[in-house]
Amino acid sequence: MHSLTIKGIRIDDTFAEAFTMRATGVVITADTVSWARQAAVSMTGFATSVIGCGCEAGIDSELDPRQTPDGRPGVRVLLFAVSTSELQKQLQNRVGQCVLTTPSAACYGGLDGEDVLKLGNALRFFGDGWQISKRFGGKRYWRVPVMDGEFVCEALTGLTKTAVGGGNLLIMGRNGELTRAAAEAAVKAISAVADVIAPFPGGIVRSGSKVGSKYKASASTSEAYCPTLKGAVKSALDADIESVLEIVIDGLTAPAVAAAMRAGLAAIVKLGPKRGALRVGAGNYGGKLGPHHFHLRNLLP
Amino acid sequence: MKPLVLVMHTSPQQRLDLSPLVPLRLAGKTVAEIGKLELQTGRERVTVGDIFRLSGNDTTRVRIEGATDRLDQIGQEMSGGEIVVEGDVGNQAGRLMRGGRLIIKGNAGHWAASGMRDGYVEITGASGDRLGGPLAGETAGMRGGMVVVRGDAGDRTGDRLRRGIIIVEGRAGAYAGSRMIAGTLVLHRRAGQLPGYLMRRGTIVLGDGCDELLPTFVDCGVHDLVAMRLLAAFVKAQSAAAAAAFRVPLRRFAGDMSVLGKGEIFCATG
Repeated sequence: MHSLTIKGIRIDDTFAEAFTMRATGVVITADTVSWARQAAVSMTGFATSVIGCGCEAGIDSELDPRQTPDGRPGVRVLLFAVSTSELQKQLQNRVGQCVLTTPSAACYGGLDGEDVLKLGNALRFFGDGWQISKRFGGKRYWRVPVMDGEFVCEALTGLTKTAVGGGNLLIMGRNGELTRAAAEAAVKAISAVADVIAPFPGGIVRSGSKVGSKYKASASTSEAYCPTLKGAVKSALDADIESVLEIVIDGLTAPAVAAAMRAGLAAIVKLGPKRGALRVGAGNYGGKLGPHHFHLRNLLP
Repeated sequence: MKPLVLVMHTSPQQRLDLSPLVPLRLAGKTVAEIGKLELQTGRERVTVGDIFRLSGNDTTRVRIEGATDRLDQIGQEMSGGEIVVEGDVGNQAGRLMRGGRLIIKGNAGHWAASGMRDGYVEITGASGDRLGGPLAGETAGMRGGMVVVRGDAGDRTGDRLRRGIIIVEGRAGAYAGSRMIAGTLVLHRRAGQLPGYLMRRGTIVLGDGCDELLPTFVDCGVHDLVAMRLLAAFVKAQSAAAAAAFRVPLRRFAGDMSVLGKGEIFCATG
């Protein structure tokens, strides 16, 4: 499968297979960037995979006060789900439980689009009749009285039905420490790319899965990439690979996902095989399930 | 294309209704055709050409020069384009506007922007009473858009305001924001007595206090609210002076408790 080697790192001639998803974004602001980040971290907790969490969510970027509606530091969060109704439900629950509750936090639409989801319109009822609507600049905001003042929340946020979920890189190394180093370098590079998130813990997932199971489960461990099973199964791993980590990437557009994968690959190659990964691959389902195919050979630095 | 320019050469004998001279109603007409349009006044028949000398051909941009306070209903039911008036105007300028920009480089009479639904009105001088307010028998006043008065405003500014923003950079008369239903009224300089009289909902911001506050407004303390920052940022684009009223923590009064009581008056504390 290896087609080429760049600076000592083997790159599989394969592709990441990704799917079309629904996505939205919100901007969370607070008096300090640490509280804005805290609200975002809480909101995006337990949002690693749509399989068990309902949505995939993460922090896209931190925003300078000049970039936010109210002139305070902020964070942009992206959420991805398989259906509009599930995305609406997840957005409402997560903003309601994690942003409304955070001291000094406010929440605004973080995505423009013709299609919209309810944001403040779904949360205003917490005001129990004391909520106040303000409309200016073509947007409606809700002011909900809370114990530290008011929770300000824009009425709506945008929805895209052409987001892409499931871009990925499989990072393979000679041990856990070096593989983590390569994955961390890739995640750091990906975090600088706009409109994408890596929803797993720290942007990295160690439990890559395949579709199906011998039990009643929709997904199970991808034994072909488990180094401890190398001799027991039809393994995809070489003799020198003892650890594999995956980075899953969701983006608002296919070019954004491609840019993130390209940035991740570049970071891995830059780190080199002595300090990082020996090989990089990508996960797919044979190309029959997802409409988006990101070939690694087209994304090389 | 050059803007359609109407220069007044004859002062009207009586009040003159200029509501036909809005871009939508002028669209497709030549200067000659516009000159023959009849304007409502007293018993005599008056055409546009009898009062104005016309030039230009872009009816989306109308300029009226040499205006006087006998010219009523300028920009009435305007839905787009721009009207710039050099001089004072009479009553009901911008009434029932649905879009576009109306710039009055002078003073405006009573009921300017009355019942306005959308668009932008700017009055560089003073405005008369009941800015944005309803006429007799109407249940709501201004329902959207933005009005900026660079000078003073008369009594009952924002009467029955339902939606939209009114900014007054000068002083406002008595009963500003009376019977407000919702919306926002920003008064940069001192307001007259009893602002917010019978207001149900909505927001009044007083940059320099008022002559007398109703006893039916209750003190809710001093706050630095995010919503005020948002509003200040939006107001600043139209009026840096008025935006300055938001820069200090504001004392919030809730009222008018003699009616629904879900309105609010913010007063600068600094």
